[in-house]
Amino acid sequence: MTAPASATKVRGETILSVDNLVKHFPISQGVLFQRQIGAVKAVDGVSFELRRGETLGVVGESGCGKSTLARLLMRLETPTSGRATLEGKDLFKASGAELRRLRRNMQMVMQDPYTSLNPRMTVGDIIGEPFEIHRDAAPKGSRARRVQELLDVVGLNPEHINRYPHQFSGGQRQRIGIARALALRPEVIVCDEPVSALDVSIQAQVINLLEQLQDEFGLSYIFIAHDLSVVRHIADRVAVMYLGRIVEIGTEDEIYERATHPYTQALLSAVPVPDPEAREQRNMIRLVGDVPSPADPPSGCHFRTRCWKAQDICAIEDPQTVPRAADPHPSACHFAELRPAAPTL
Amino acid sequence: MTHSTVQPTPASATPVGGHLLELRDLHVEFRTNEGVARVINGVSYHLDAGETLAVLGESGSGKSVTAQAIMGILDTPPAVIRSGQILYQGQDLLTRSEEQRRQVRGKEIAMIFQDALSALNPVFPVGWQIGETLRQRAGMSRGDARRRAIELMDLVKIPGAAKRIGDYPHQFSGGMRQRIGIAMALALDPKVLIADEPTTALDVTVQAQIMDLLADLRRDLNMAMILITHDLGVVAGVADRIAVMYAGRIVEHADVRSLYKAPAHPYTKGLLESIPRMDVRGQELSTIKGLPPNLMRIPSGCPFHPRCPYVQQVCVDVVPHDLVLGDGRTSECHFAQEVRDDSAR
Repeated sequence: MTAPASATKVRGETILSVDNLVKHFPISQGVLFQRQIGAVKAVDGVSFELRRGETLGVVGESGCGKSTLARLLMRLETPTSGRATLEGKDLFKASGAELRRLRRNMQMVMQDPYTSLNPRMTVGDIIGEPFEIHRDAAPKGSRARRVQELLDVVGLNPEHINRYPHQFSGGQRQRIGIARALALRPEVIVCDEPVSALDVSIQAQVINLLEQLQDEFGLSYIFIAHDLSVVRHIADRVAVMYLGRIVEIGTEDEIYERATHPYTQALLSAVPVPDPEAREQRNMIRLVGDVPSPADPPSGCHFRTRCWKAQDICAIEDPQTVPRAADPHPSACHFAELRPAAPTL
Repeated sequence: MTHSTVQPTPASATPVGGHLLELRDLHVEFRTNEGVARVINGVSYHLDAGETLAVLGESGSGKSVTAQAIMGILDTPPAVIRSGQILYQGQDLLTRSEEQRRQVRGKEIAMIFQDALSALNPVFPVGWQIGETLRQRAGMSRGDARRRAIELMDLVKIPGAAKRIGDYPHQFSGGMRQRIGIAMALALDPKVLIADEPTTALDVTVQAQIMDLLADLRRDLNMAMILITHDLGVVAGVADRIAVMYAGRIVEHADVRSLYKAPAHPYTKGLLESIPRMDVRGQELSTIKGLPPNLMRIPSGCPFHPRCPYVQQVCVDVVPHDLVLGDGRTSECHFAQEVRDDSAR
């Protein structure tokens, strides 16, 4: 492992801090006189910290708000309320030159490598575009060389700088997306389902690349995914989201070995296991029904409508994501407890 | 492909009167302006009543095209079935007229698709769509079709079927839509159900529900099922046998348990090793080097040889035929026994 980009920066200190972040999308009715009749609570009070050099995995089912969270952090959406600071600077208050500086420090890798690259631009133009905006990042004369360096870093042939996205396979395109995210030497990269669209054998190549880049450049990742095996492989800490909230957060060990929230337990037990023998040994929790609509979430605990432990209190009192008696990591359940006989996975 | 040998597939011996469904040395190519893509290059497999065969492969391996050829829904042009037989109850479907094939489609062999939202018509209520098959093909009256549609929706466990029969596809969640797709496929009591990536678009908790439903239905209705997937974890609990496809060929064919325990083809071995596992972490994922072949320029000899760690000169020169291993499994690899011994360790 090589030394992080800057020696003065301490590994493990908080680089990004998110406090009670909320995003409600209004639902309106009426043609001439639009009035708001409700709101989709996509992100509903999310707090966490990201430390330098670590990977925070964010898992949850579709509609849980994990992608909205990514878009908020990238300032592609304006939050309804809440705060986020990147290296002590307020992300949502920054504007002008300060915002540009912040953005340079935080980049994103998108899910779909087919739609996130402009088909009319060459790979060189795509990866070099950040330098058009941040002109001081690479002097004009050295840009082509810098783009070739980046291609090399992500394992593509630097001679392919003049090719177009359609000439690459899915995995190679995702590498182009990663090179683009690396161009400005950011410290934080938000990866929104970066390997979901890829085949298994290609997925492993891209995950290895992301891990290798993290070691090389001291990057911090927010790694959003729905595949829990992938997240366990790459993440140091994991946040589990359900209907816009983090229901449980902890180290990879705390979440995978000592989960106390029923939703996390159900999610873990539903992961498809290829080993036929391990499948038979495990004790699977079958959740009934679907995720409720985020426009009209259940009162109290959002998960209570699908939870086998639900009592009256769950409908009345909203459980806080705080350390529980069963295990000291934060979990949002009134009846948080470890699963008896942990399933062999 | 110049060779054309029909090899026996493993497991059950041919029952009296032949297999329910049998593919013999199927070759399909796509003729496009850029050239000829050899998509299926000699696929043979069989299926008996009440049996589940999983077809595992990555994008471009030909797993879906094989299914479309069985259903007779290939787009021709560009697709051309060059040679081979598709025997259903001993009769070659490929020699039948379109009208005769129509009688088989839905009534004998039915299919469910990956993306339930685009498989349903957005402008008609779901009950009407399920009933359409019954009115058109079974000659039912509108009232009878409606009653049967409710029964079918009950069968696939859609809660409140009678109330929801007038709802439109967008009013259902992803999992419920897939259930409707299954109800439509079951309308005419088919003997064979082909499921093309039925849970790929769904979340893990819902995925488990749909796989359970398919397993129950197969048992209750004594159907034969072909499950097409790229994820071994999804089918491991349901499938009796697995056929692994690569570059339009079945490279390995075995029962689930022995395939997982000791894959006998380097591709299967590489594929299984590149799946991130929940119980092993921290180490680099092993990958299959390189990319899947361009189907317009399939490598000589064994199509996997450019990516194979076991490659020898013979692999470049000679196309391997099915090697029948001791327990009746087959592998299209010159070094099948060696690979299996390595994996078993």
